[in-house]
Parts: sequence; C-alpha cells; structure tokens
Amino acid sequence: MVNVLERLGHQVDYPEGQTCCGQPAFNSGYFPEAKKVADHFLKTFADADLIAVPSGSCTAMIRKFYPELYQDSPQSEVVSELSGRVFEFTELLVNHLEVTDVGAKLEGTATYHDGCHGLRELGIQDAPRKLLENVKGLTLVEMDEAQSCCGFGGTFAIKFPQISTAMTQVKLGSAAQTEADYLISGDPSCLMQIGGYFSREKSPIQCLHIAEVLDQQ
Amino acid sequence: MSQSTNPFTQFQTDADRVTADDDRRRFLRTSLRGYQTTRTATQDRFLDYESARIAASDAKWEAIENLDIYLAQFADKLEARGATVHWCNDSEEARNAILEIIKKHDAKSVIKSKCMTTEEIHLNQLLEKEGFEVVESDLGEFIVQLRDEAPYHFVFPAMHLKKEEINTLFQEKLKSINTNDPEELTMVAREVLRQKYLSADIGISGANFGVAETGMISITENEGNARLTTSLPKVHISLMGIEKIIPRLDDLALLLPVLATAGTGQHLTCYNSQLGGPRQEDESDGPIEMHVVLLDNHRTRLLADPEQRDALRCIRCGACLNVCPIFKNVGGHTYGTTYQGPIGSVITPHMRGLKDWKHLSHSSSLCGACSETCPVKIDLHHHLLRNRRNAAGKGQGGIAERFLMLGFTVVMRRPWLYRLAGSLGKVGHVLTKPIHGTRIDPFYAWKKTRDLEDPAKQSFKQYWRARK
Repeated sequence: MVNVLERLGHQVDYPEGQTCCGQPAFNSGYFPEAKKVADHFLKTFADADLIAVPSGSCTAMIRKFYPELYQDSPQSEVVSELSGRVFEFTELLVNHLEVTDVGAKLEGTATYHDGCHGLRELGIQDAPRKLLENVKGLTLVEMDEAQSCCGFGGTFAIKFPQISTAMTQVKLGSAAQTEADYLISGDPSCLMQIGGYFSREKSPIQCLHIAEVLDQQ
Repeated sequence: MSQSTNPFTQFQTDADRVTADDDRRRFLRTSLRGYQTTRTATQDRFLDYESARIAASDAKWEAIENLDIYLAQFADKLEARGATVHWCNDSEEARNAILEIIKKHDAKSVIKSKCMTTEEIHLNQLLEKEGFEVVESDLGEFIVQLRDEAPYHFVFPAMHLKKEEINTLFQEKLKSINTNDPEELTMVAREVLRQKYLSADIGISGANFGVAETGMISITENEGNARLTTSLPKVHISLMGIEKIIPRLDDLALLLPVLATAGTGQHLTCYNSQLGGPRQEDESDGPIEMHVVLLDNHRTRLLADPEQRDALRCIRCGACLNVCPIFKNVGGHTYGTTYQGPIGSVITPHMRGLKDWKHLSHSSSLCGACSETCPVKIDLHHHLLRNRRNAAGKGQGGIAERFLMLGFTVVMRRPWLYRLAGSLGKVGHVLTKPIHGTRIDPFYAWKKTRDLEDPAKQSFKQYWRARK
C-alpha cells in the first residue's frame, strides 16, 4: 500500500506507536475496553491528513463504530471529524484520489471476494473491481456469491469453528468454479480465513491482498 | 433436535451435525438460491424497491410507535362487529383463553392454518394433551406435524425435506401410494385435509396484519387452507402478536406485495383475506363466533428498548433467514427457537432471556446480509452486536473472557507490549509447531480445519525502519 501510494506521488508516514483499532473487543461486546483501545488510536493518528487502511473491516470500525462508541463523550466531535479522514485503501484510490490505474501488472485470472464490512458498512463494491480491471495481464472473473461472507467474523471463527469453516467451504466451491489463479480481497482477516482453509484443503488458488496485486510491476 | 436442556450446548451439537452434512447443506443452498433468483427478479419489477422498503418500514414504525392507540382502535372495531378480543400477557394466558373457548363449544377437533405464534405458545402440545385432535392444514406444517417436528423455517416449515422423504413419510403415516411427484403428494395431503375441514369444530389461524382502521385481520397464504380454516368451522380463533398491527387498510396495498416479494419472491401470494368479524345477521356463511387473541409475551419488553424496538416492525417474511450464511449452514432446527435465523437471534434473548440465548447473537459473523435484505429495514446485525454488549455488560461472557479483554486492552494501549506480544507470538508459533492442529494446540479451534500462515520474518515496523 505504501509503495503504491508513493508511486502516485503521496507522502506516507507510518506512526510507529500504532496497534489495533479495538474491533476484537467491540465485536465481542466489550465496548468500554474497545473504547480504551480506540483512545490510543485517536492519539496515534491525531495529526494525519488522511488515514489509509488496508482493511475494510478496520475502516468500518473507525468510521462507523467509533462515533457510536463516543456518542456521549466530550471527544465525539474529534471522532466524527477523524472518521471523515479514514479511508479503506481502494476507496481512497478510486473515490478520493480518482485513480483507477496504478500501472500494475499480474498475469492470470483472479476472482474478487468482497469483505462484508467494506461492502455493507462502507458500500465499497466497484472501487476494487475498477482497480483490478486495469491491472495488465489480469482477467477478473466474478465468482458465485462473491458477496457472501467467508466465515471469519472475528471471535466467531473460534467460538463456532464448525459454522465458520462450513462457510469457507462454500467459498472454496465458488472460487474453484471460476478456475481462477488468484482470490483477491481487501481484507487481511478474510484472507487469513480463506487462505488458511484453502491451504489446508490444498487448493491451488493463491490468496492475495489487493495491495499486493497493485504493487506488482 | 437433540434433547439437551442447555440451549447453547444443543446449538453447538446440532451445528456440528448439520455442518458435517454436505448433502443437506447443498440441498438448502440450492433451494434458497432458487428463492433468491425469483425474489431479485420480483424486486426489480417494483418501480423503486428501495422506496417501497422505506414506506413499508414507515407504516410499521408508525404502528409500533403508537401501538396503544392502534391496538385499542383495532379491538374496538372488531368488537363492534361481534368478534371477541382477548388480551393476553403471556403464553399461559393465551393458551388458557384458547382452551376455554374450545371447551365452551364442547369441541372435538381443531383445524389450524399456519401460525407461528401458536408455536411460540406451544398450543398444539397442550391441545393434544387435553385430548383434542389438532390438524395442521398448511402443507408444510402438515408434513412436519406428521414427523413430530418443529417447523424448520417460519415461512417454509418443511424446506429441509426432499420429496423422496415426504413420499416415505406419507406411505408410512397415511398409507399413501408410492410417488415422488410433488403434485401427487400434494393431492394425497389434500384428500386427508378436506375431510378434516368438514369435521373440525374450531379453526385456528394466525394473522399477518391487524388493520387498526377497519378492525380486520389480514391473512396471506398460497394454498387456500387459511380460507377454509377461518370460514368452515363454526368458531374461528386468530392468535396474533400485538406487533402485527398496521394503521390503515391502504397500508396493505404496499405491505402485501412487499411481504410476498420478500417472503417467497411472488408479486402477491395466491390468497389474501381480510376478516373483520363473525358471520353477520344478513350473511349466510362464515363462523358463528370469531375470537382474536392478542399476545404480548414480552413484546412490550422489546418495545421498551429504545435501540432494538425496530425489531417489532418484523413482518415475518423470512428473508433474513434465506440470505443468512449461518442459517444456510446450520439449518432451522439448530436454533432451537420458534423464530429462526437473524430475527430469531435478535428477539429470542428479549423474549426468553439473554443469559440462555445470547449464544445466538455470537453465532454470527455480523456480515449484514440480513439487514441488507430486510424489507422493513430492521438493523438486525447491529442488534446482534448490541445483544453481545448487553451480555458482556452483565458479566455473562465469563471471567476468562473478561480477563482476555482486559489483557487485550493493556497490550493494545502500549506499543512496546504490542511489539513484545508480536515477538512472543512468533516464538510461540515456532515452538508449538510439533503440536500444530492437534488437540493440545492452543489454537486448535482454528487449526483443526485451517492453517495459520507462518508470521513474516520482519514486522512491518522493522521493514519500515530499514526502508527509511
């Protein structure tokens, strides 16, 4: 992501004190704990003009759920202002910077998996596809039910591993049908789930984050 | 369904079984794919389906926000035309009210059209125990009743069964001919049921809507069985949850097609009946008595929740189940609830207690497909999150989870600890390699079915520093 943004002429900083957005606690129902972690995020990123996030899920946490966490707090204004500066990587490129061709090259066929948070909380659907369509040598094939959940869902994957895995099994079926070489997604957590299952099932499909693809030259 | 008394254990056990049943899951997936295709096509025939959703949710919202006024209006109008309205706080009151009516008429047999609310109050069990013959007249309900099973899906009660299984069931229970033809199987059920309508003393139905303006119940169906159930027997009892109220008759013009579209993908269901009282003096047919039993059963508890009361807008179309990846992979019986799927996971903790039913809110990846499809725009998946918050706030997550979250907070607020945890994780990953994927692996829940990629040799921060 850093390489791509720099290639486009932007100056990128990486605040070394950063940790997590707090979503694991939030999604488990531990809101006060999540807020403490969010406090740290707010401090760390206070000075950024724009915050680029290589995950729809983390972006949704910051943009959509931080305002809920802070709704009755004195920081609510700071939070709502900050949430306007947070962008998921592909929406930053396509919608904000108006770039759809980053000059990337990758030979093969790919299918795109929409992460649920990016898709349904943030409405990101076209941006990644536009970027991938402009990757030289890459053919994009839609899989069946590309928008159905991969089965990760944070602690859900551990608390209900059988359901979580069954969902990924369906995903593998859809991806395999496309005969794609790559399954690409904008969310590391989906990729951990899908990649972990595909690898266990010895699927030849390689799972890649969209930033890795856009960085290929 | 397993007989285990703990709903969480039962859920896990049943989920284990169904997720391992590839054939049944494929069957469910195929059926629901058919539904999705038809429904999408029907949605596209609306001039603007999104506006229809907004208008439908507004109509329901208006009713829910003024429930006291509309319920009273509904009851007054119905009573003015000779119906009797019974106000029941809970299942027991509703069961007693219904039992009393049946006993008063010295009835022997009861015919029912589809009504999930009677499932909610366990009416059939009571009536059978009291010695009455109870027959479900909806084909799907009839099938699950013959199997002595609960409905699998609150709109498609027998969707889990293949035609071959229904054939076997009918041969066994009805001495039917051997046929896998759906039409012939339907005819078998129809012959049995026609006789039951004629002999039934009491007809029990539900209500999809209660129109306050005119004092009518509205019933949506495809088989004509509700018409017969509500008009042939001399007494008609309708059991409805208080949230079924809508303000005006005109609202049906929108809500009926929206319910049909979201529920089954039809433009309209085959039959839609509005019933506003028993047989009037100048009429020659219809029941002599009509009773409407209004049921609260903790709906007012949900009404008092400012965050989640929109769940009372639900029109029980079942669309959220049909798109839910959890439902598709665990099936309906696994939930162990009257109302399955996302809406069931949201409301069951309110109706039957958070402590015993919170696991349903955790058993979701929060993917949001339910909220996206809900025709009355209930914020379903965020309500699951709110139930999780309520459970955690009451300490229902347990000590271990509380400590885990505390540890998470401590680490994530201290970058040096975060880095240390990262390094320890790496060491741990290497050291535990020999036991990876075995039962003593601390990450067994993950690694039983999924690999965990080796961590990168260099952390991003190390890479960043080297790069500079």
